[in-house]
Amino acid sequence: MTDLTSLTLAEARKGLADKTFTSLELTDAHLNAIEAARVLNAFVMETPDQARAMAREADGKIAKGDAGPLAGIPLGIKDLFATKGVRTTACSKILGNFVPTYESTITSQLWRDGAVMLGKLNNDEFAMGSANETSCFGPVGNPWRREGSNTTLVPGGSSGGSASAVAALLCMGATATDTGGSIRQPAAFTATVGIKPTYGRCSRWGIVAFASSLDQAGPIARSTRDAAMLLRSMAGHDPKDTTSVDIPVPDYEAAIGKSVKGMKIGIPKEYRLDGMPAEIEKLWSEGAAWLKAAGAELVEVSLPHTKYALPAYYIVAPAEASSNLARYDGVRYGLREQGKNIIEQYENTRAEGFGAEVRRRVMIGTYVLSAGYYDAYYLRAQKVRTLIKKDFEDCFAMGVDAILTPATPSAAFGIGEKGGADPVEMYLNDIFTVTVNMAGLPGIAVPAGKDAQGLPLGLQLIGRPFEEETLFSLGEVIEQAAGRFTPARWW
Amino acid sequence: MSTATHKLLKGATGDWEMVIGMEIHAQVTSNSKLFSGASTTFGGEPNSHVSLVDAAMPGMLPVINGECVRQAVRTGLGLNAKINLRSVFDRKNYFYPDSPQGYQISQYKSPVVGEGEVLVELDGGRSVTIGIERLHLEQDAGKLMHDQSPTMSYVDLNRCGVALMEIVSKPDIRDAEQAKAYVTKLRSILRYLGTCDGDMEKGSLRADVNVSVRKPGAPLGTRCEIKNMNSITFIGQAIEYEARRQIEILEDGGAIDQETRLYDPNKGETRSMRSKEEAHDYRYFPDPDLLPLEFSQSFVDELKAELPELPDQKKTRFVADFGLSAYDASVLVAERESAVFYETVLDRLANRARDGKMAANWVINELFGRLNKEGREIAGSPVSSEQLAAIIDLIGEGTISGKIAKDLFEIVWQEGGDPRALVESRSMKQVTDLSAIEKVVDDIIAANPDKAAQVKDKPQSLGWFVGQVMKSSGGKANPQSVNDLLKSKLGI
Repeated sequence: MTDLTSLTLAEARKGLADKTFTSLELTDAHLNAIEAARVLNAFVMETPDQARAMAREADGKIAKGDAGPLAGIPLGIKDLFATKGVRTTACSKILGNFVPTYESTITSQLWRDGAVMLGKLNNDEFAMGSANETSCFGPVGNPWRREGSNTTLVPGGSSGGSASAVAALLCMGATATDTGGSIRQPAAFTATVGIKPTYGRCSRWGIVAFASSLDQAGPIARSTRDAAMLLRSMAGHDPKDTTSVDIPVPDYEAAIGKSVKGMKIGIPKEYRLDGMPAEIEKLWSEGAAWLKAAGAELVEVSLPHTKYALPAYYIVAPAEASSNLARYDGVRYGLREQGKNIIEQYENTRAEGFGAEVRRRVMIGTYVLSAGYYDAYYLRAQKVRTLIKKDFEDCFAMGVDAILTPATPSAAFGIGEKGGADPVEMYLNDIFTVTVNMAGLPGIAVPAGKDAQGLPLGLQLIGRPFEEETLFSLGEVIEQAAGRFTPARWW
Repeated sequence: MSTATHKLLKGATGDWEMVIGMEIHAQVTSNSKLFSGASTTFGGEPNSHVSLVDAAMPGMLPVINGECVRQAVRTGLGLNAKINLRSVFDRKNYFYPDSPQGYQISQYKSPVVGEGEVLVELDGGRSVTIGIERLHLEQDAGKLMHDQSPTMSYVDLNRCGVALMEIVSKPDIRDAEQAKAYVTKLRSILRYLGTCDGDMEKGSLRADVNVSVRKPGAPLGTRCEIKNMNSITFIGQAIEYEARRQIEILEDGGAIDQETRLYDPNKGETRSMRSKEEAHDYRYFPDPDLLPLEFSQSFVDELKAELPELPDQKKTRFVADFGLSAYDASVLVAERESAVFYETVLDRLANRARDGKMAANWVINELFGRLNKEGREIAGSPVSSEQLAAIIDLIGEGTISGKIAKDLFEIVWQEGGDPRALVESRSMKQVTDLSAIEKVVDDIIAANPDKAAQVKDKPQSLGWFVGQVMKSSGGKANPQSVNDLLKSKLGI
């Protein structure tokens, strides 16, 4: 039998349906791969017993012809998702050994459809980071290395564990979340496919909150088709999240292979940054050419407020985070560091429990919401947000179906290489992705090529609200043209 | 209706005027909390009515309870206020163990209800209109318990997340009497509407009182806020104390520090809780977990159509339909239960138009008087509306006199029973047969010749004869018949 871990999700679904192998076999293959790849530090919690039990149950259902759309498919779950009875920490010390008594809406929908949980995946602490270096469980290794180098690179973040695990063939797909690029940037760094759906497409219930108005969950997968299959199970209205939207979930997989002929693709001139590496420029042109070859029409568009997006994002996101993280106070659950009085207990607990990046953002957020600064920062950032949203609306009003941009300004970098002295250096990773969160739009990152050092690079497609299908169709065109990329195993 | 003149306080430098505004926190009557499905039942075991949302577990999200919104809109309508079809929930950020989220969800810049007004009746037929600034919805906090352990404090989250309406008045209140009357009236309106039970002992209604003083006509002075008052009597006492304290400081050449104070009812004084410098920076911002609260005008109109009759309307109707005095009408409508009792009596009367006013007198004087004396609530009245209506029917139709009716009332109060049957069985019927009372009249005139002679010059002394006749008939003689008979016998 060929290595079951190398299959795509779609291939595995067929193998299971044809009884070529069982879910238990598929699951065991992945559990073995996880064990062999601990050096990557992608999983922060392995749940082999639960995985095998779920696999057996799936096998039973498949045998009875009662299989859900993801029956028997082993997945990894970002540690931001609450999983009933399984430790959930958001990779923060402050949650300690918190074990939820509840299951997030998204994961419960995946289990409803028959998926199998392999364990919990590493991420930046509270999803704050672009390299998965802020996790209390330590950094995650990217399965990709520069040609001829032994330097371990970051997988991107915050969904670094998800991207690394999917790229290293440790799970067939993973849940992830994206507040400013946390699905798309790690997908681009690892040659995986990641989609951040429209804000409101997936329920946020049971996902540890970072910035509520920007957070949106989505899948990281090995192919566009796999991502479409996963999103179909993850998406949907949830009465427990009033920001989720009550519109039907389409069969995203049906969009794979659909013609993109006549689609209008916007190329935003403001994304052509000064000093952008030539490789990125080349990749972008190549991507545009592929879409054109498939019958799409290319148009230059303008998103004039793009340059304000990153600064505005780093006001809005920390502001919401400072409030969302107030609940981690050592009173009811998680870490508690005693003090002489309640104030001291708060101070000790939060100083000990939060890492440096989280503390920085809580302080920024507290500052920008403070009396006397609110109007100058938070209110102004919200106005910028409205303008960014309008930029996109104007574009779509011109008949543009999707916008093509690079996913990241560079390929993956080494652990510890960036942001040490200046956090803004790290924040710049999100330059192409944050606008999408600010506008609440869907965005997909698909692998499109490699840089001179052999590291994967990705392209991003941005769509109209709730038109994820367009992104899947276009993403598939790029995937077909660029091919799929698998890292050479070194671990 | 006269506009109130308010009390001024005498100081060494002349009269001082108080300027008072209030923030009333009224717990919304609803089965579940503002943003979670947990029960709002009072008095459960600690932490037995706590959902994952209330405990602020990671990843939990608030979902607005539609009934709480309806209750807020009803209240707004009852306060003749502007209903805002779009309002916004904000987070008020502060750390305290009774607030698990680390913020309270409230409404800051865009409340669900805007400006309105309340007509407040005062003694002596005076009244004053107090403006309402706004009403907004917010979450209540949990309760800390410091007496469970020598080294630790405990927290009970049962109340945490229960919906509150914060009703903010304009600084239109000018003395303690007005303040007390305002709270009383507001409480009455809430109870009529069924939007808050108004139980101050249980903390369902609490007031923060802002007090400042100034020379009449002068600009507003610096105010102090007296927090968390849960008794109307204490509100009055606290205002008086606080105003005097401020006057003393000002007259000594000092300045008032804007601060938050607490009233100590045992000592009868207010003391500083925190100064303006120590005031929290709440870092309000719109709650990104909740969409703006939006509803249509037809939603408001439907609630308006279903609104019960409120005390002011009821009072007007009682005066117009039954000729009640404004005072009597306001006594009857002050408490919803009293008004309901009166109206039930009315419903059971044989002739409402004739006896409606008499029924009001009986409810107010006999029934309320007696209930007050015994410290009983109307719900526990030994005399039912049906029994009272029967007594009033008996008076109205001339079967018994008012005096006998009081005896009958006493019997019913003590022993119960059907008043009409009691009148029969205990021979309490009024005597209207002239022949039966003629002899009594003759005897009394014969026994008092000097008085009989005087009565021609002093017709008002006829009353004495009436009294004598009534007395000797055991009260059963019909006073009108006695009157007529005496007049003819005495030749006046």
